[in-house]
Amino acid sequence: MPLPAPLTDWFAAKGWTLHPHQQAMLDRSANPATLLIAPTGGGKTLAGFLPTLAELGKTPPNGLHTLYISPLKALTADIRRNLRTPVEGASLPIRIEDRTGDTSYTQRRRQRADPPHILLTTPESLALLLSYEDAPKIFSSLQRVVIDELHALAESKRGDQLMLLLSRLESLSPGLRRIGLSATVEDPPALARYMSPTTCDILQADPGPDPDIAMLETDAPPPWSGGGGRYAMRAILDEVRRHRTTLIFHNTRAQAELFFHDLWLQNDDGLPIGIHHGSLAREQRERVEAAMAEGKLRAVVCTGSLDLGIDWGDVDLVIQVGAPKNVKRLVQRIGRANHRYNAPSKALILPANRFEVVECRAALDAVRDHTLDGEPRGPGPRDVLCQHILMTAASGPFDANDLFTEVNRTGPYAALTRPQFDACLDFCATGGYALRAYDKWQRLQEKNGRWQLRDPRSAALIRQNLGTIIDTETLKVRLKNRFGGTPLGEVEEGFASTLTPGDTFLIGGEIVRYEGLREMTVEVTRQPGRDPKVATFNGTKFATSTLLTQRILELFQQDSWPDLPTHTAQWLALQRDVSRLPQPDRLLVESFPHDGREHLCVYGFAGRNAMQTLALLVTKRMEEQGLAPLGFVATDYATLIWGLDPVTDAAPLFDLAKLREGLETWLGGNAVMKRTFRATAIIAGLIERSHQGRRKTGRQATFSSDILYDTLRKYDPDHLLLQVTREEAERGLVDFSRIEDMLARVEGRIDLIRLPRVTPLAAPLFLEPGRIPVHGTGRERMVEEAARRLMEEAGLA
Amino acid sequence: MHHAFTLSGETLHALPSGALYWPAARLLCVSDLHLGKSERLARRGGALLPPYETRETLHRLEAEIDRTAPATVICLGDSFDDLAAVRGLEEEARLRLARLMAGRAWTWIEGNHDAGPVEIGGTHRAQMTLGPLTFRHIADKGETAEVSGHYHPKLRLKGAARPCFLLDADRLILPAFGLYTGGLSADDPALAALLHPPALAILTGPRALPVPLPVR
Repeated sequence: MPLPAPLTDWFAAKGWTLHPHQQAMLDRSANPATLLIAPTGGGKTLAGFLPTLAELGKTPPNGLHTLYISPLKALTADIRRNLRTPVEGASLPIRIEDRTGDTSYTQRRRQRADPPHILLTTPESLALLLSYEDAPKIFSSLQRVVIDELHALAESKRGDQLMLLLSRLESLSPGLRRIGLSATVEDPPALARYMSPTTCDILQADPGPDPDIAMLETDAPPPWSGGGGRYAMRAILDEVRRHRTTLIFHNTRAQAELFFHDLWLQNDDGLPIGIHHGSLAREQRERVEAAMAEGKLRAVVCTGSLDLGIDWGDVDLVIQVGAPKNVKRLVQRIGRANHRYNAPSKALILPANRFEVVECRAALDAVRDHTLDGEPRGPGPRDVLCQHILMTAASGPFDANDLFTEVNRTGPYAALTRPQFDACLDFCATGGYALRAYDKWQRLQEKNGRWQLRDPRSAALIRQNLGTIIDTETLKVRLKNRFGGTPLGEVEEGFASTLTPGDTFLIGGEIVRYEGLREMTVEVTRQPGRDPKVATFNGTKFATSTLLTQRILELFQQDSWPDLPTHTAQWLALQRDVSRLPQPDRLLVESFPHDGREHLCVYGFAGRNAMQTLALLVTKRMEEQGLAPLGFVATDYATLIWGLDPVTDAAPLFDLAKLREGLETWLGGNAVMKRTFRATAIIAGLIERSHQGRRKTGRQATFSSDILYDTLRKYDPDHLLLQVTREEAERGLVDFSRIEDMLARVEGRIDLIRLPRVTPLAAPLFLEPGRIPVHGTGRERMVEEAARRLMEEAGLA
Repeated sequence: MHHAFTLSGETLHALPSGALYWPAARLLCVSDLHLGKSERLARRGGALLPPYETRETLHRLEAEIDRTAPATVICLGDSFDDLAAVRGLEEEARLRLARLMAGRAWTWIEGNHDAGPVEIGGTHRAQMTLGPLTFRHIADKGETAEVSGHYHPKLRLKGAARPCFLLDADRLILPAFGLYTGGLSADDPALAALLHPPALAILTGPRALPVPLPVR
């Protein structure tokens, strides 16, 4: 289908020509589903809209034609601007509007009555639109849907929810055509099946030239442990000075804050440098975004909040601080530099500690070899389905058979069985066996073969709880003054509860003093020059991917390491000398005494989450064998356990059947499982995140969800939401599947080495934060010992 | 394993569960059961807790009764979270309680939460004296040879706080036997004012552990 003449004229006047993949999208505009895979800067979004612009033509009919869905609110605003430029330039009478949580109430009402031709929105706002009774009317004229950054959405439950919503849309507007836009992914056919299981064309754009990427080496070697890369501040400032605009990526918000603070202490030239992360107040972020767009900043210290496609203009260098943990994410971050097609991106990667030197090397090799990591996706989670059922009921009575058909034709739920669906429906109707005595959870009833809300007023509550993003509960931080004060950002509620007036912490690069809490707002004053107590933001602690850990293990097998800086090569050589280096198909376990305690170091290389779970399960096994473990600490590559007695036989500790048993019984009571359950319970609508506008504080929600969890475990262990929680535990925070993979690879080849002292590879673990105590006989023995000593000292024994 | 001690010449056992056993009198004493706490919170519009904590508390009480086979049981006050909690008690819990009460002398001492008699059997008393010992809910500073509850004492040792008994020459204060009950640290001034050195805390847990007070 040809583009309307005014548009082609405008393109010609601008000297623009279509990229081959953009033309190909136009050629395939009749396809029911197309997945376009293109690198950053390839004009991907415009390619997604070209068929729409062609169909709308010079005289577009009234009504909604195309729905655009992106994972970020900021992205919808950005796209609206970018799309309006050619449309207005060609004087086409096409209405383009966005609709997100930030859109005003009046505008949203008007959009329902009189929708624009192109509506730009997020999965959550779409869910809300579909929950209204007038949804069929709003979407009756819909022809197309464009999903941007599909790869990012598909990584979380937001994608699963979106696929359910698309299926609903398809029932309301038969013949709907889908376009998915994605960055480079490891398995395009799997993503295509996810978006449209029956038919989906895959179109791969030219990936462009290879990036120019290297490790940033400094004179001083990186520290043994820790993150943040503050040791390399000078070298980074030098790079910033040498480039036009630099993005400095960090893996966690807390690290970004600390880094930014130190950067300013050393920024002698006063280079304009800003900070951007998800915990900052929207006003703060918008200011940085605007300054960036105007080219006023030389660098931005940022986190994943800048991972996705907002156009930043003239970035010519990306610095990744800390090991990237995941090759795909690294590639996407690198793509942020040189946002132009067919120009190589320039990036530097800075290891934050000695071990990360090895990991960064492995990541660079993977980028060079074009290998990407990714775990196969499991079936669509049923808590999301429960929410979808409730949302459908809020929009009006439904027939269970029809809804099942609709759900079944989505990618993530294609394998869902009817009994599984019915169990979800039953949960929505009654709350499940153990909870059926409570009116609160009796929400649906069947009348004349159609399911509907028992109380129509509950629709409002369902709408308030739509969405699958579960935030850690946070409190706003404001400067204290008479006028309410400047908002600075947010801190986790758990962190706020540890503050007493006078405490200082870092936020938005400033040190502030905690003054008090007022109506769920943390009030602070500026307090320059004091040592801050660091804010524990919800630091996204990614686990290192399987691909990367595998490459690290392979790197260890080299005879020497000419590719690594000398300090790191020597460190590895020393480890090989005094002990061994871990191998891909064996499990190395070191045992040594240190500081009056026995230590066990397990080099499992299964990623942080799995290594933590392994530690929990192995200490449980040690407990059963009377080895009195006292605590552990876990990193992406190893777990260090300390206790009162030495381990002399390691094999029984790693018996898979026993570990799984431990997962079922003992880990069930773990805080990680409770957190997982809480998220599931909120998504499935068992507990609310807000109640009639009154905010329930995180602690209240956690309290009641913990008790619900314990109760269900005891009296209804097969409850649907416990099943979902266990499924999540296989991946995610518990990540048991990676322990299974590791043990399957090792096949019982476990090497326990007894050593007289700490080994080079184990040493950094002693500096690792996040030590977790084990409460068992070891601790009991210490409590008894302490009690006995106190009695003796008091002359009472 | 229990911890044995004497109070006014009587040998008593502090059980690891937080219950007290008096072998010579075949008497079991528990304090602050707070049965029905979740219902009360739900009635007040607070967090909706399932009512299972009542079952759990009764289950633990049953275990102690099975172990010690007492002739007499004293519930030392705040047995129910309030009077409505008694009426709101599930049928199953009522039957279970009735079964535990059968064949033994059962006394409910009045607490500040459950003021007034309950329609559930047993004897109701403001306080009770047996041999040299007096049982009452809240310790009376001027009295001696006294066993009481009310404060839910706890003590932190090696990083973890546990419910504990508090003991000096004149009195014994019991920990709360019920679940979901908060607690008062053993070094709180309110408790320090009641106890005279040399005083002991007896920690509950896998075994009852005596610790001298105050812990430095």
